[in-house]
Amino acid sequence: MSGPLTPSQTVGPFFGVGLPFERGEQLAPPESAGAMRIEGQVLDGKGEPVPDALLEIWQPATGFGRARTDSEGAFSFTTVKPGPVSAPGGRMQAPHFNVTVFARGLLRHLVTRMYFPDETQANAADPVLNLVEPARRETLIAKQCGGVLHFDVRLQGEQETVFFAI
Amino acid sequence: MSEREPPYLYPDYVGTRLRAPAQPLVNLPDGFHDFPAPLFPRTIAQVDHDLTRQHAGEPIGERIIVTGRVLDSDGRPLRKTVVEVWQANAAGRYLDQDDQHPAPLDPNFTGAGRCLTDNDGHYRFITIKPGAYPWKNHRNAWRPAHIHFSLFGSEFRSRLVTQMYFPGDPLMPRDPILQSIPDQAGRDRLVSRFDPETTVPEWALAYRWDIVLRGRAATPFENEP
Repeated sequence: MSGPLTPSQTVGPFFGVGLPFERGEQLAPPESAGAMRIEGQVLDGKGEPVPDALLEIWQPATGFGRARTDSEGAFSFTTVKPGPVSAPGGRMQAPHFNVTVFARGLLRHLVTRMYFPDETQANAADPVLNLVEPARRETLIAKQCGGVLHFDVRLQGEQETVFFAI
Repeated sequence: MSEREPPYLYPDYVGTRLRAPAQPLVNLPDGFHDFPAPLFPRTIAQVDHDLTRQHAGEPIGERIIVTGRVLDSDGRPLRKTVVEVWQANAAGRYLDQDDQHPAPLDPNFTGAGRCLTDNDGHYRFITIKPGAYPWKNHRNAWRPAHIHFSLFGSEFRSRLVTQMYFPGDPLMPRDPILQSIPDQAGRDRLVSRFDPETTVPEWALAYRWDIVLRGRAATPFENEP
């Protein structure tokens, strides 16, 4: 790395005027074939909701989405499920979304992944999940709740979400 | 990771205390974050770079031009990359229902803009200079004037959200958000410089600020001019 990189600063509490855009949480229209809804909450080290967070999800095959949390720390996305992704070295990775988290109080963004609960076999063989200590893996796997996938992001403390260095 | 990045936990910035992860980040082997940055899924209009022309009248405040280049860590320009900005108005108030600072809103100022860099990586915004504003981090805490920037760059790991400050602002040494960056050289990289060459006589002062993102811009074809 040769260049002196520009350092990061927090997104602050007032990004609402600049970053969210209309239907940013829809990677696919809700009524389209195969569309699924992802819902979750961003929580702090005391388990309190984080009402000023912004999440981005990204997978080259399915596109890019951006959603902010509401006063309850809740967010949602509508998308189709991505397929398996090739990994460096020719192995396959289980279907997943890359999830980027910004918030007031985060001086740098955080990067995590959301995997799918109906991919037990692929998840068990996933090279990234296998780098994570078994007790923490479940923080990366969404839960099926009725017709909705549930994925919480716990920034700190009990059941803290696994975040990756970038 | 550059040593010039702020830590997640910086107790002087109270908001980090319950939001910084306590567990170490998990390192992935080379290649796992080598995929392209998202394509911004909305079109960007020509006028989106001019924050002074989004309403019937002109906003109150000191009109400024903010310009610079977006480069990769090898110094190559990032072409046609999205730059998003947002800021407070000249009185230091954001158009946000959670901003209850008793300063006036400006009916002619929203405070958000977007543009694409040109073929040499240049971006350019026309706006008004944002005001300082109080926040409740500690007694008598005031944020130095700043403009928020959000960029994607070319790769997933190029993503950057940061803030640009103005030269000579006496609030900078007292601001825990800026001071969270460990070294002075790193903090200096967030301070724009007054640019008399770009200043337009009788119209607007100009500030110049270059941004260097992690990762590499696509290598140009050898026969490209």
